[in-house]
Amino acid sequence: MSFKISIDGKTIDVVEGTTVLEAARKLNIDIPTLCHHPKLTPFGGCRLCIVDIKGIPRPVTSCTTPVSEGMEVTTSNPEIERLRKTILELILSDHPYECMTCERAGDCTLQELAYFYGIKDNRLTGERRLYSKRDGNPFIERELEKCIMCGKCVRVCDQVQGVSAIDFGYRGFDTKICTPFERNLDCEFCGQCVAVCPSGALTGKAWQQKGREIGVREVETTCSYCGCGCNLTLHVKGNEVIRIDSKEDTINEGWLCVKGRFSYSFINSPDRLTKPLIRIAPKESSEFGLRPMGVRSSEYNSAVGSQHSALFREASWDEALDYIAEKLKAIKEKHGPDAIAGLSSARCTNEENYLFQKFIRAAAGTNNIDHCARL
Amino acid sequence: MAGLANVFGSGAMSNSMLEIENNNLMFVIGSNTTETHPIVGLKMKKAVKRGAKLIVADPRKINLVKFADLWLQQRPGTDVALLNTIMHVILREGLEDKEFIKNYTENFENFRGSLAEFTPEIGEKITGVPKEKIIKAALMYGEADKAGIYYTMGMTQHTHGTDNVYAVANLALMTGNLGKESAGVNPLRGQNNVQGASDMGCLPNVYPGYQKVDNLASKEKFEKEWGAKLSDKPGLTVTEITDAAINGSIKAVYIMGENPVLSDPDQSHTVKGLSSLDFLVVQDIFLTETAELADVVLPATCYAEKDGTFTNTERRVQRVRKAVEPPGDAKEDSWIITELSRRMGYEMTYHHIEDVAHETGRVWPAFSGITYNRIEKLGIQWPCPTKDHPGTSYLFKGGFPRGKGLFTSVNYKPSAELPDVEYPFILSTGRQLFQYHTGSMTRRTPAIETIAGQAYVEISPEDAEALGIKDGQVIRVSSRRGSIEIASKVSDRPLKGMVFIPFHFKEAAANVLTNTAVDPVCKIPELKVCAVRIEA
Repeated sequence: MSFKISIDGKTIDVVEGTTVLEAARKLNIDIPTLCHHPKLTPFGGCRLCIVDIKGIPRPVTSCTTPVSEGMEVTTSNPEIERLRKTILELILSDHPYECMTCERAGDCTLQELAYFYGIKDNRLTGERRLYSKRDGNPFIERELEKCIMCGKCVRVCDQVQGVSAIDFGYRGFDTKICTPFERNLDCEFCGQCVAVCPSGALTGKAWQQKGREIGVREVETTCSYCGCGCNLTLHVKGNEVIRIDSKEDTINEGWLCVKGRFSYSFINSPDRLTKPLIRIAPKESSEFGLRPMGVRSSEYNSAVGSQHSALFREASWDEALDYIAEKLKAIKEKHGPDAIAGLSSARCTNEENYLFQKFIRAAAGTNNIDHCARL
Repeated sequence: MAGLANVFGSGAMSNSMLEIENNNLMFVIGSNTTETHPIVGLKMKKAVKRGAKLIVADPRKINLVKFADLWLQQRPGTDVALLNTIMHVILREGLEDKEFIKNYTENFENFRGSLAEFTPEIGEKITGVPKEKIIKAALMYGEADKAGIYYTMGMTQHTHGTDNVYAVANLALMTGNLGKESAGVNPLRGQNNVQGASDMGCLPNVYPGYQKVDNLASKEKFEKEWGAKLSDKPGLTVTEITDAAINGSIKAVYIMGENPVLSDPDQSHTVKGLSSLDFLVVQDIFLTETAELADVVLPATCYAEKDGTFTNTERRVQRVRKAVEPPGDAKEDSWIITELSRRMGYEMTYHHIEDVAHETGRVWPAFSGITYNRIEKLGIQWPCPTKDHPGTSYLFKGGFPRGKGLFTSVNYKPSAELPDVEYPFILSTGRQLFQYHTGSMTRRTPAIETIAGQAYVEISPEDAEALGIKDGQVIRVSSRRGSIEIASKVSDRPLKGMVFIPFHFKEAAANVLTNTAVDPVCKIPELKVCAVRIEA
């Protein structure tokens, strides 16, 4: 069933079940909120989205109020703005003023609202929640002092990820978001909670002091792990990818997994190959991959440098490519084109794959071309 | 994919990720979706929240089971029997879509007979799934209006993988779950651009766009476009290339961005093959286990260092954009290939990487309408034949490329290597959430290594107790091909009598153990079933 309501004098057709906040957003009317997320159930926790509705004596939270026929809504007037400012002051009364060093500065809804409401000196001060324990998980920094209890992380973990690794614990002033028995976070580390956090409470551990907004470029691209094809936003400072997230209007709705969001340090790994290499060691002596149990790849990788100098020498591109061309031509000459084969890569782009098979078919002259679709 | 191509005329995911949310029923078989396709997993969870029913068929109690209405824990390698029994019950209950069968399919009458023997009793006997559960699954699937099937390598990495795919296709055809939204047959592609690499013709029997190399018209078309004489002899698949290297008929292999030493079955066999070559070139971003065997190693670029496109599992062509410069002298793969080609006497000239995409569009009509400009913000799903075509969210609307959907009778065949007295356990290999494929990328992320840096073998509590194995204890797992030492993970996930090892870890590589037996049609190796022995 649909009907008309009016918001700030504008009329809109809405279907039953829509909330006042959703209807206002359809009209591009901005109502501040910290605890609302369009993909999560309404919470009504931060109280910032209060509006006046004709016939209701007190302001109500627009995120939890469903529309009804003929409703007349006012989203902003001096009284509502005064209340919103007080609410923000209350939230900030218990918030560390660490924006100077906070990882999220510039990308923080709380900071932005404090700025718009001009909260310089907070007239409300009082006891502060201080937490000395840091979560020992390797992915997500949880700074509970900066938590404003909006509960988005709790809802996204339950409603989207289906994991429920965290919830509200304790009561009243002692309330905090915690894991069972306040152990270190042990979950799928998808980081959906980090993505929805409106303050600096949740950030990536790998982000720390790598750069915030200034001098950071955004590059839209596609993830290189599984076949879902999630759209990524790479945050780049200088020549380094310092952070990855995803926008809400993408095929993956902004959600990512642990690999897509957090596993990008391979890009700048010191183990990257930087020069063409030509083998110097005889083939028989090559000792490949199998490492003893319990050796971490990081330990192993640090040994790669010395190992590769025993197997290969560095060469220029000209030397390496001429050498390959000469060898392939000689083998084709002597044994025919079908003595050559190519394995292409599901990690590479369409264009590269097209070129690779074209090379094998047209330049080498064989259909011996495959990739790992079977593995 | 060959299986689906044979019965429908096209081998790709029939429907879209977004459509999952509106399924009435999801039948997930041989896919550990939440770990291997986490975002598809989220859509499935969302569908469940919206009231969709979920059936999971998997020998392991994967995470998705938590969200399922029904879990069928079949013995590894018995999927054909499971599916045939489900179809037997659907026919018995009259739940097939007679109109759809009449209008859009062929060979139904022949096929119907092949199901007769698969009574629920026989099904239970072969699969180990109680017949009540099989019947319930049949009723749930058969009665659903929009039922989607989702599978991955759990179905295909078998010596009868093509049969598994035929059985899945039969089930969807029989119930009319094709050619409409939020239904279909959906093989989830495991790697970012495995769909694209296949589309682009990196397969031994087809040119780009699945045009057969032994079809004269296709050959002539590509000879004209490329200005070169081409061979009409289908080439060798990856596993055949290894065999041919050992017997000496293949002398040189050029590998771009693959690590077969870790990803292919029977590691010592793979290493033997690559070491027997006169000449091996490996182009990669790291000195992988495979690169260590090479004569020349070429430093390439990763996805953040180049422009181009990837095609995801739902056929959506999406942009990849250069964000950073490559390290040192590393070069884009496209530069390396064209430079090498020039030195081989075959010039390939492109002014911009998009020119390659345009050439693809010239030779493959389904790609013709896709330009970088059109996919600037949102990717387009092929087929997209013209510049004003919106792309295709689901396939087979109003019919199949091959004309009619083909019912194919399949019979249950046991796996190539079954457990016996000497090797009494079934080994399945696969992935886990945190690591990716051979680990050359994820294992270089310290946080990932902290959480999931150790290889493990999942073993059921009953088996562990019988063998006196404690959780975390290092045990020996051996097959006829080799033997590894690996930490045990006592877990209620695997079926009793079965163990599972993720294949990401070189220090305890699962593919030391696996069998090279392949499916006769698709040549996919049987990585999901081989026989092993466990020693404490």
